[in-house]
Amino acid sequence: MTTVDLGLPSIGGTAGVPTTDEKQTAKSYTSDQEVRWCPGCGDYAVLAAVRSFLPELRLKRENTVFVSGIGCSSRFPYYLNTYGVHSIHGRAPAIATGLATSRPDLSVWVVTGDGDALSIGGNHLIHTLRRNVNLKILLFNNRIYGLTKGQYSPTSEQGKVTKSTPAGSLDHPFNPVSLALGAEATFVARAMDSDRKQLTEVLRAAAEHRGSALVEIYQNCPIFNDGAFDVLKDPGERERRIVPLRDGEPIRFGPDGEFGVVQDGFELRVRKVSEVGEDAVVVHDASRTDPGYAFALSRLGGQDLEHTPTGIFRSVSRPTYDDLAREQVRLAQESKPGDLAALLRGNDTWQVLG
Amino acid sequence: MTVTGHGGDGPAGNGAAALPDGVQGLPARSKEAHKLDRVVIRFAGDSGDGMQLTGDRFTSEAAAFGNDLATLPNFPAEIRAPAGTLPGVSSFQLHFADYDILTPGDRPDVLVAMNPAALKANIRDLPQGGILILNTDEFTKRNLTKVGYSSNPLEDGSLGGFQVHEVAMASLTRGALEETGLSKKDAERAKNMFALGLLSWMYNRPTEGTERFLREKFRRRPEIAEANILAFRTGWNYGETTEAFGVTYEVAPAKLPPGTYRQITGNLALAYGIVAAGQRSGLDVFLGTYPITPASDVLHELSKHKNFGVTTFQAEDEIAGIGAALGASYGGALGVTTTSGPGIALKSETIGLAVMTELPLLICDIQRGGPSTGLPTKTEQADLLQAMYGRNGEAPVPVLAPSSPADCFDVALEATRIALTYRTPVLLLSDGYIANGSEPWLLPDLTALPDLRVPFASEPNAPDGSGEFWPYLRDPETLARPWAVPGTPGLEHRIGGLEKSDGRGDISYDPDNHDRMVRLRQAKIDGITVPDIEVDDPSGVADVLVLGWGSTYGPIGAACRRVRATGTPIAQAHLRHLNPMPSNLGDVLGRYRRVIVPEMNLGQLATLLRARYLVDVVSHTKVAGLPFKAEELQLVFDQVLQGAHA
Repeated sequence: MTTVDLGLPSIGGTAGVPTTDEKQTAKSYTSDQEVRWCPGCGDYAVLAAVRSFLPELRLKRENTVFVSGIGCSSRFPYYLNTYGVHSIHGRAPAIATGLATSRPDLSVWVVTGDGDALSIGGNHLIHTLRRNVNLKILLFNNRIYGLTKGQYSPTSEQGKVTKSTPAGSLDHPFNPVSLALGAEATFVARAMDSDRKQLTEVLRAAAEHRGSALVEIYQNCPIFNDGAFDVLKDPGERERRIVPLRDGEPIRFGPDGEFGVVQDGFELRVRKVSEVGEDAVVVHDASRTDPGYAFALSRLGGQDLEHTPTGIFRSVSRPTYDDLAREQVRLAQESKPGDLAALLRGNDTWQVLG
Repeated sequence: MTVTGHGGDGPAGNGAAALPDGVQGLPARSKEAHKLDRVVIRFAGDSGDGMQLTGDRFTSEAAAFGNDLATLPNFPAEIRAPAGTLPGVSSFQLHFADYDILTPGDRPDVLVAMNPAALKANIRDLPQGGILILNTDEFTKRNLTKVGYSSNPLEDGSLGGFQVHEVAMASLTRGALEETGLSKKDAERAKNMFALGLLSWMYNRPTEGTERFLREKFRRRPEIAEANILAFRTGWNYGETTEAFGVTYEVAPAKLPPGTYRQITGNLALAYGIVAAGQRSGLDVFLGTYPITPASDVLHELSKHKNFGVTTFQAEDEIAGIGAALGASYGGALGVTTTSGPGIALKSETIGLAVMTELPLLICDIQRGGPSTGLPTKTEQADLLQAMYGRNGEAPVPVLAPSSPADCFDVALEATRIALTYRTPVLLLSDGYIANGSEPWLLPDLTALPDLRVPFASEPNAPDGSGEFWPYLRDPETLARPWAVPGTPGLEHRIGGLEKSDGRGDISYDPDNHDRMVRLRQAKIDGITVPDIEVDDPSGVADVLVLGWGSTYGPIGAACRRVRATGTPIAQAHLRHLNPMPSNLGDVLGRYRRVIVPEMNLGQLATLLRARYLVDVVSHTKVAGLPFKAEELQLVFDQVLQGAHA
């Protein structure tokens, strides 16, 4: 597989957003509002990572907007000293689409959860991704409904016993990364709430990407689904489960890179490198035009977290909806400036004399 | 001689008119021309017969001639129901006159039926003595059986009460187009232009506009354009040369207020009103919407006007449409969404968010028959209570309704004024009748359009001198909160659907604060300045008032003229602002012995008036998917005037 150079100008994700030389710190991005998540919630770690990462962008603080839906994670905007909208359940991508399309000078972020983005707001999510609106979507996935106190979510494992499913849930869960790739999202990544370094790297790449960037963040809910991702944090397990994706490098993991990802027909599989040879290991290339490769990567790990790729699955360049929409308006205004009198008059008028 | 058409709404206005320029076209006619003051024509045919186009063209001819006019398209929701069947019948009625008229007419004076289905579906509306023009080619045994005629109405005497003209339109058209090389089928498709030509001859219409239109419409297929023009001329010549049509009719230009006019439908006027609102407010327009009948034409129209800084976003659903519009409003654009009743149901939660975040938003509901999918292509006014109350919590929203196609332009501007001044979502209730119907429009003086500019917040405003920005600190006069758009330094703030503390705007669950905020939001809407309602009562002594809202203005006005023509005084008033209502409305209602409220629903305005003003109004309702007829309203008014309802 090769990457096709579409000859598109490479515009950064924040091009058009005014920058500043003023010194910014995590503190300057901290609002005066008391943070009200439960003690031990994974959201704290994500908030801290975002607050300390935002100054890196050197954007004017007033030109950053966080839009959220409903759920625990959607309280996020209140805790940032930027512009923010805490909207309604599932609709943040729609609201952010209107904002980003009408305002190229804003860096627009969406904060959402597994219920907000994948259940009630699933439609908006997939359409935002296919349009490639220049939004950064942080999807906090804790595999449970927290704010409504513990019902199963669209990413809960089948058979999950919750308040609403005492005999076990029946639904097959979504894999958010697969879903986003199915919608042909141009940027898809996954990170852990507990891995600040990787989370920051992914946020940086998302911000730099022009177009929709979906970042799935595995996030622990200590109250209703505690330990959901513990196997990925356990020092004894972590190494043989997490599959770190680094662009241009062979996909190897495990103690001493014992395991590698190889192609097997239409699929990707995990094999011992000693058995298949180093040359068989797939070299990660997030810029492949066809989403099939990234999709195959996303299928390596299932709900059981046996193998869990993290990092950037896909990062390709495609014109964004909002850039194209503004371009159409600009061209129309240049070629024929609006003349209201002429518009109202039309082609067929008649006179009535006094 | 002057003949008054059947069931007219009677002239009321004065003034002088001039003959329009360029009334020309085909040879001067040799037959006698009767003068009429008004005519109602209905074209009816199969959905694929081009009846809407035919009606549109005749309307343009009438407009170009200077008549006043009103139109009523009536078509099925199915794009092409099976040919020749009753569900597939599509019709277009237009009323044109030499005076100012108010409705498309109760009944046609002339019915053009292109097939037996069209005849069967429409003949009951044609009064005895009316002119019936039939395309005989379609009256085959098979077609007659298809719609349940056991005998041929052309032969069984059942049409004896009408002036029947049997014209083999399809074969005459085919014959005339034989030389063009078009296939039989293509040639026959031009038969609607034959019908238009014949009617244009009968009513002495100018024709060059239609020929120009056809050349433009088919500019990529000139052979089709010429074939249609040939069919049109063949129809005209058929009237001129055959013995079948002894007379033609003339309807002189109407005496309307002086100025430049054009013909306009409600949806077009609404789209232009939105463009003008963007221009007058100095804001870019962002339309977020989803296709739905009968509102889609507004999207189609606005999508053509990007050069006015208009962005149109066809969203994945109704909710995303309004969500994106609200997001754009938050960013400082004029956010607009357009839909019909089912779409309002879906948008309700976002309207609530707009109420809570106190952002401007224009929401246009082109009402149709409900509930549920209901009657997508038919008219109704049954979304009033949904507009008023269809949200969770106390979520007051201003509601306005245009009264005619052209009025949609003015109401779009007025709704925008309220949205921007008071930072609130505003609901505009049009409906299928005025959205698709058309009338002449006196072009507005652009300099007289309202100035809709409002300032964005630019400075911290905390009254405690802390240098903070309080997003919910209100203007003492309008109670509007500041509109602080992202990108403004020092005003970073967070808004959302959760209850906010008065002034400071932080999340607040405080009981007293919530009580105060609910009342403040209500007080803001209640305090919107709206003009007083004006009563039309030429006699000055009427003791019965008819109060309407929205698209019923025309039929109510026409019925009042009829009543007054019998020497009985009756007063008429019409509500444009439904929330808040004009402050003098209570006084007005109290001045009359009886108040009649006709509505195309089961009495929604009547319910509001009874609740608010304790006035026992007489509610007259109809939900047939069609507008009121002047005749039926006159009967109701007469009954009330005679005390039958007292």
